[in-house]
Amino acid sequence: MLRFLLQRGGQALIAVFGVVTLVFFIQRLTGDPTALLLPETATQADIEAMRATLGLDRPMWAQYIDFLGDIARFDLGRSFVQNASVWEIIASRIPETLQLAAGALAIALLIGLPLGVLMALTAQKPVSRWTMGLVLACQSMPTFWSGIMMILVFGVWLRWLPSSGTGTFAHLIMPSIALGLLSLATYARITRSAVVDELGKDYVRSARARGVGTGRMVCKHLMRNSLIPIISITALEISQLLAGAVIVETVFAWPGLGLLTVQSIAARDFVVVQAVVLLGAFVTIFANLAADILYSIVDPRVRLSGR
Amino acid sequence: MTARVTYPSWRPRAVLHWWPVGLLAILLIFALFAPWIAPLDPDRQNLLARLKAPGFEARGAVYWLGSDELGRDIFSRVIYGARVSISVAFMSVILSGVVGVIVGMAAGYLRGWSETILMRLVDVFLSIPAILLAIITVAVLGPGFINVILVLALTRWPRYARVAYGQTLAVANQPYVTLARAMGAAAPRVLALHILPNIIGPLLVVATLEFGLMVLFEAGLSFLGLGVQPPTASWGSMLSTGRNYVGSAWWITTFPGLALFTLVLSANLIGDRLGDRIGKGHR
Repeated sequence: MLRFLLQRGGQALIAVFGVVTLVFFIQRLTGDPTALLLPETATQADIEAMRATLGLDRPMWAQYIDFLGDIARFDLGRSFVQNASVWEIIASRIPETLQLAAGALAIALLIGLPLGVLMALTAQKPVSRWTMGLVLACQSMPTFWSGIMMILVFGVWLRWLPSSGTGTFAHLIMPSIALGLLSLATYARITRSAVVDELGKDYVRSARARGVGTGRMVCKHLMRNSLIPIISITALEISQLLAGAVIVETVFAWPGLGLLTVQSIAARDFVVVQAVVLLGAFVTIFANLAADILYSIVDPRVRLSGR
Repeated sequence: MTARVTYPSWRPRAVLHWWPVGLLAILLIFALFAPWIAPLDPDRQNLLARLKAPGFEARGAVYWLGSDELGRDIFSRVIYGARVSISVAFMSVILSGVVGVIVGMAAGYLRGWSETILMRLVDVFLSIPAILLAIITVAVLGPGFINVILVLALTRWPRYARVAYGQTLAVANQPYVTLARAMGAAAPRVLALHILPNIIGPLLVVATLEFGLMVLFEAGLSFLGLGVQPPTASWGSMLSTGRNYVGSAWWITTFPGLALFTLVLSANLIGDRLGDRIGKGHR
């Protein structure tokens, strides 16, 4: 187990290192990132000061080492636009995005899993085909369009739900649905193929022969064995949700990390954009690591096969 | 066991399954022949006909799907928008596909240190949420038609690399590959003539599904103001401005969104069907 943890942990660290490197080089694509990191109102003195902080007069590798050092010390820099540390700015937005992501994940799981099981159990019947059509429709729905259409119907015409902002549970409903649809489709498809794989196995047939009913069979036998692909896809979904939040938060004026990113681009506050991207990548890497560890606990075969 | 009845593809019932292809073909015709199909100039403003409902007539011109906040014809803009969506998605799929397939096949065939380096690089790219990677790169490079294509290709090539890598590994030890190598064929020749034709199926499935995703990404970037710049009609930017008029003019957002949804849905349906035919190699 220890060996497995060290191996996976090492891979995660290499990925973190790679992401930081990639972001550094993207930042230098245009040669001189000073203009990116400063607002348009910056004076010549500010620009010179920024050049000195970045050490642009020094060789590229030295700048790169400095950047790595800053990240290793969790120093994300300071926003000149908002005149605050990037950490403070980001930290104030995290709870809002977490709330939205949790809502979306809940919708995706609560609807996606049963749909997947339904499709697997009714395979070859019209019900399955229609459900698959519905799932594909969810997958093809642009989040910004479904969001706007919901605002139109439930916010403007019916006046059931608030169109934008945050605060109450009612505010959470539409953004969660808009954000959750894509994940819902993914969960339904993964669950379907996992359950279909399990259905063909011997233990299912012997359980049937013992007279186990469909409901008990799905809950006690099939779901437990289909759990691995579902857990590993959750790690991917978390990063999908973070990325999707950029658009959903813009549509619903939801004050989380996504809206912060869009506002920061508009204000040319690149330090903040860069920090959000790094944060998103780190969350993805560690969610994957957590999923690996989690399913090595659920299924010991996974960690043993690595030897 | 019950026997399953399969219909030959020319039977009427099977023809019904072709409707996603039909929808895609219609949108493709819109894109190719936009100047001849669009009833009005998509960029012509008419401030006397602002925010008019679908069916509005002014000076002999009919606004079938209504007009936007500058009095431009929504129908014509939706037709021209198909050009941007389809061309950006198509070119980024080609670019990312070519790069990804070359990287993946090289890693799977050469093995050794090049495999380690290339596939680690793929992992790094895949661990940044794609839309965030696209946003940060556009923020650096600046928006615009070419930049959007480059950025989408930059963020999506790892997906093809993963699939090409796995497929190449599976094929590389087949007898015909060993034979070709024994006869002295160099790596590029083996990859292009012997391996690629055998792994192209799953790659086509990925490309079809990616096409739908690229359409969504392009529209998403345009929606955020980072895509193709106004006044060029693009569905994402139409939705973005229309959002401010949701209460008063529902048609500005409804129709471009519907076109977007149709395009992505038909690409996904076709990809899904291809996947069922070709096998699950793309998963």
